Amino acid sequence: MPTIVEKILSRASGSNTAAHPIKQGDYLSCEVDLAMVHDSSGPRRLAPKLDALGMSLKHPEKLVVITDHYVPAHDDASREIQRFTKQWVTDQGIQNFYPEMGICHVVLPESGLLQPGMLVVGGDSHSPTGGAFGAYMFGVGATDMAGVAATGRIWVKVPKTHLVNLHGTLDQQVFAKDIILYLCGQYGMDMAGYQAIEFGGSAIAGLAMQARMTLCNMAAELGAQVGMIAPDAVTAEWLAERTTGSNMPSSLRDEIPFSALQSDPGSHDGTHFDVDLDQLAPQAAAPHSPANSTAINAHEPTKFNIAYIGACTGAKIDDLRAAAAILEGRKIADTMRLLIAPASRADIDTAADEGVMQIFEDAGAQFLPTACGMCAGYGPDRLSDGDVCISSTARNFKGRMGAPGSQVWLASPASVASAAITGILTDPREMSPEKPITSKIKQVSHADQR
Amino acid sequence: MQISGRSWQFGDAVDTDLLAPGAYMSHSLAELSAHCLEALRPDFAGAVQDGDIILAGANFGIGSSREQAGEALRHLGIRAVVARSLGGIFQRNALNLGVPALACPDLDLGGIDEFAEAKLNVAEGILSVGGRQFTTESLPDFLLAMIADGGLIPHLKAQQSGGDQINNQNEGAT
Repeated sequence: MPTIVEKILSRASGSNTAAHPIKQGDYLSCEVDLAMVHDSSGPRRLAPKLDALGMSLKHPEKLVVITDHYVPAHDDASREIQRFTKQWVTDQGIQNFYPEMGICHVVLPESGLLQPGMLVVGGDSHSPTGGAFGAYMFGVGATDMAGVAATGRIWVKVPKTHLVNLHGTLDQQVFAKDIILYLCGQYGMDMAGYQAIEFGGSAIAGLAMQARMTLCNMAAELGAQVGMIAPDAVTAEWLAERTTGSNMPSSLRDEIPFSALQSDPGSHDGTHFDVDLDQLAPQAAAPHSPANSTAINAHEPTKFNIAYIGACTGAKIDDLRAAAAILEGRKIADTMRLLIAPASRADIDTAADEGVMQIFEDAGAQFLPTACGMCAGYGPDRLSDGDVCISSTARNFKGRMGAPGSQVWLASPASVASAAITGILTDPREMSPEKPITSKIKQVSHADQR
Repeated sequence: MQISGRSWQFGDAVDTDLLAPGAYMSHSLAELSAHCLEALRPDFAGAVQDGDIILAGANFGIGSSREQAGEALRHLGIRAVVARSLGGIFQRNALNLGVPALACPDLDLGGIDEFAEAKLNVAEGILSVGGRQFTTESLPDFLLAMIADGGLIPHLKAQQSGGDQINNQNEGAT
């Protein structure tokens, strides 16, 4: 009675037999189907380790390099990282190179390379995003990645699978981001204990791919090794729209039908969590942890001076659309800066076609390059001491987005857009045309700043 | 493998942004290490000594996959980390760097002085500090062997020079 997680690990390890079925806690050696690195975790870190080993890439065709952290390069160190990345990719003959096209966790599925049933490693902690597509994808550091690069394999300890059962229907202006922040607030950042989380239940079928990506992306913030959503008709439709190209490492679609990528009934051996979406209100996480999440209306009134819409977590096209629905016909508050870094070039193109970018511009937003930007805190766009930012990103650890004295609140893109207009923490449901928010602004405008 | 050293004490949720701040991620390891934990304990990087051990609460090393979090600790001289729980990627990274990082759910530092001498028996999973003993998780043999070699890269190198065909970085895993 295996879970989807165990089924994927069985195939990847090739070690499951009727006599000795794999079980939770087993250490397996797994063949890696696809490995993704970015400019910070990738070539500059892999090359010296491979040199030390005197080994070369075992499967160049399975390595995907996406530059997003030091984009655009802004100083000598970051320019050298970009120069070296491109040279190494050329020298190694890597076909799957996506330079400066967006954030790795969004560009990878857009490429069509990521397929349900794969075992995938990513040189970034938000790699569980790939679980939205039914792949066992987890984040690793540079030495683990060097081991994969040299040998094609990695060890995995078979995790328990926790089940997050989603049922009911999300209210207007309540999103996947609110579901995952709610879980962070309720159960903390060690909810999963580095085990697997499968999101299931009757509400899953109604969640679009990018909502699923947001859930699995922040499975990392619940302490999971992987997030997982079994592939279904929504997955199939999304994949059908992406061409996989001739350099696809291995097409699993025929080898593993979606019907074989479902957890057997009663197979979840971890904890069962229940979320009633009917009851879920927009959430926000106070500094300095996603675990400080609760309903926006349950927080103290809080003033911001910066609103940030960015990251793989919160600047995909559906995220941009949700923010634009709030911002359309409105202007940001004089006290605010609204900074927007769309998650991929493809998303920018779509947003431009749909008028979403124009709405942002008319509202007074400034655009940052499509890259990790302020979320990673690696570049010139940073928060300063005293800044109080509301952000659509995944993490609000102290100092992550800049100075240690800055404060970051996490919320959905719609909630960030709402705060950009009001200057304060605002439930986006208050922003609907039928319910103008002026009364709320007056109510808290003289309140103490948190 | 037995490790003894002065013990630093940390609370819960020491994250990778504290261990390896993003602003210094493009700098050399020496420069990055100088800022390790500065937002939490500005004295740490200057005062830590070769051979020291970190004892911590829940979720040590949560956050990013940046291996520099463990690398900075190793560079500064930290030889082991024992915490009530560990970020999963951080733990893999530390082990790959040859630094034992072990979860110890029952770890209770109440009444134990910081900088007390701590002894960690990695193979047996026993931490002794302040006159008390705690049981840590135990690692499988293939990871103990990797740590004994100094981490994954020297471990693979040893396999290579030993004439083994390297097609499996964890030969001990079933």
